Amino acid sequence: MFKLLEGPQTLGRGRMFWSCFLVGLGAALTYPLFADSYDVGNFAYFLIWIFMALGLCLMWGYGGMLSFGQTLFFGIAGYGYGVLAINMGGGSATIAALVLSVVLAMIAAGILGYFMIWGGINGIFFGIVTLSATLVLAFFLGQTAGPEWHIGPARLNGFNGMKGMDPLTVGDFYIEGSALYYVMVALIVIVYLALRMLVNSGIGNVIVATRENPQRAEMLGYDVRKYQLLTFVIGSGLAGLSGALYTSWGQFITPSSIGLPAAAMPIVWVAFSGRSDLTATLVGSFLLLFGFQTITVYSQQAALVLMGALLLATVMLAPQGFVLGIGKLVADWSRGRRRGDGDVIAEAGRLQSEES
Amino acid sequence: MSAEVFSVFYQFADVFAFLILSAAGLAIVFGMMGVINMAHGEFIMCGAYVTVGLVNLGVPLAIAQILAAVTAGLIGVLVEFLVVRRFYKRPLDSLLATWGLSLIVTQSMLLIVGSAVRGIGTPEGSFAIGGYTFSTYRLVLFGCAVAVLAGLYIIFMKTRFGVIARATMQNAAMAKALGARTGRIYAISFGIGTGLAGLCGALYAPTMTLIPTMGATFVVESFVTVVIGGANVLLGTAPAAVFLAMIRMALNASYGQIIGQIGMLVAVILIIRVLPEGLSSVLVRRGR
Repeated sequence: MFKLLEGPQTLGRGRMFWSCFLVGLGAALTYPLFADSYDVGNFAYFLIWIFMALGLCLMWGYGGMLSFGQTLFFGIAGYGYGVLAINMGGGSATIAALVLSVVLAMIAAGILGYFMIWGGINGIFFGIVTLSATLVLAFFLGQTAGPEWHIGPARLNGFNGMKGMDPLTVGDFYIEGSALYYVMVALIVIVYLALRMLVNSGIGNVIVATRENPQRAEMLGYDVRKYQLLTFVIGSGLAGLSGALYTSWGQFITPSSIGLPAAAMPIVWVAFSGRSDLTATLVGSFLLLFGFQTITVYSQQAALVLMGALLLATVMLAPQGFVLGIGKLVADWSRGRRRGDGDVIAEAGRLQSEES
Repeated sequence: MSAEVFSVFYQFADVFAFLILSAAGLAIVFGMMGVINMAHGEFIMCGAYVTVGLVNLGVPLAIAQILAAVTAGLIGVLVEFLVVRRFYKRPLDSLLATWGLSLIVTQSMLLIVGSAVRGIGTPEGSFAIGGYTFSTYRLVLFGCAVAVLAGLYIIFMKTRFGVIARATMQNAAMAKALGARTGRIYAISFGIGTGLAGLCGALYAPTMTLIPTMGATFVVESFVTVVIGGANVLLGTAPAAVFLAMIRMALNASYGQIIGQIGMLVAVILIIRVLPEGLSSVLVRRGR
């Protein structure tokens, strides 16, 4: 099974790559020992969004489905976690709330995905239908300010957002600060490795084959719609995981994390990073989030202008993504230097046969 | 009795005008080039701001609105030349590029202009039928929507430009081989599309609060109308708007705006399951 960690669908293999991976992981694990708790909390905040980016990478880069609805499922699970955590009471029930809210997002994705995929919607329309649904949810939640909008004791509170839910708790122990950070790191490692296995497995190959040419995949005997739906549900579920973790992290969620411009953010991260590879998305999204947060402190608008400019620059200059492009350059350079040691470097450039 | 009938028509006309005016520009660009202009809302915003700016300078409203539409159209031609032109072979990338543009414009406006600008009131004037009072301006908007459809019909069906444009739409390579300057046709079409977006913003500017993010108010309606309408503006967008306006009107009247919007979205999602290519595919097939 662990053989699937490496394969034709993912860049990075061999001793050198995994050594880098372990060094990165080691740095992430020891980081809280050196930093103060405020910085650790901030870092945990960046990590929240990684799931959403990886989910989009799976759908868009591997499955060829450009979903603009990541924040839709982020919002469903985020609000879902809040409503469930408030209604079921705090304590260990918050873990159940987390799981249930992600399941809720996946069910919503299953329903929306069924209508779109079985209806044969693809390409551009897939994007704008998911975006329309996202914006409608944001508008809806924005006007739930009145006291009549509540689910049990949980008030939705319109634009001001929902608050008052407990953070993730085990027994009497609140998972906050460093503990939350470690939970996030563990979840990211699990999700990242699991996705690598998924895309290199038989299912993953069918997903990629569908992206390359749906008709051909269908002629080979696969019901591509099922594979597309599976991809959409997993990708959207990961956005849901981000949403539930976000609400738990801040004990707070507002409609502005669903609507524009929030809906554009996952697209920018993944496009900039290089949608066709999970590792590039992981690294690139983290860097962008870090940069974005640094600038947001001074001016949120300026940071968003920069994100827009990055998106424009990416599609005009490096449609495959900047991080992926730089990664390939490094790989090429390194391969040129140690020719013959093909085991070390991934088959860089293998993923070029892509039609956006 | 006639007052009730008129009241229903009035509500229908209100929603219909909103759908047509917000979607026409998007539909033209999509129909001609297969590109969805994600900065559509920003061109609407541009039209609204130019209108209000000119009116505050003392220009009469109607002239300000025409100038605003022309401005948005010219900016559109510029954007086509600088950005969109490169992406006709990569429609998904055009989506991303125009979205990037939209982010840049909205957020820069927030930085420069700030969150709200002093608006101009809705033009006075109302009339009464039976016990009900109606705003004249809403009927003017309906008239404008019908005029836009009629204008598009004339431009695309009765002029030389229209013939060449339809030829380009059907088979760009062949049209080019026959001597049509397809590049110019695309630029002009994009300009017409963004000009119509500007007109939409100009017409609705007196009725709403001006904020840089106001484009988002229009994009859902324009997206779903185009999704249902498909690639043909006259045979797709217009019937789609009639259909969606009826659903929306019924829901608006009984449950309010937001439920109307949700109902419209649900209807769209159900319809794409049966008609993935939109209404125009059915109507065009019938016509043959």
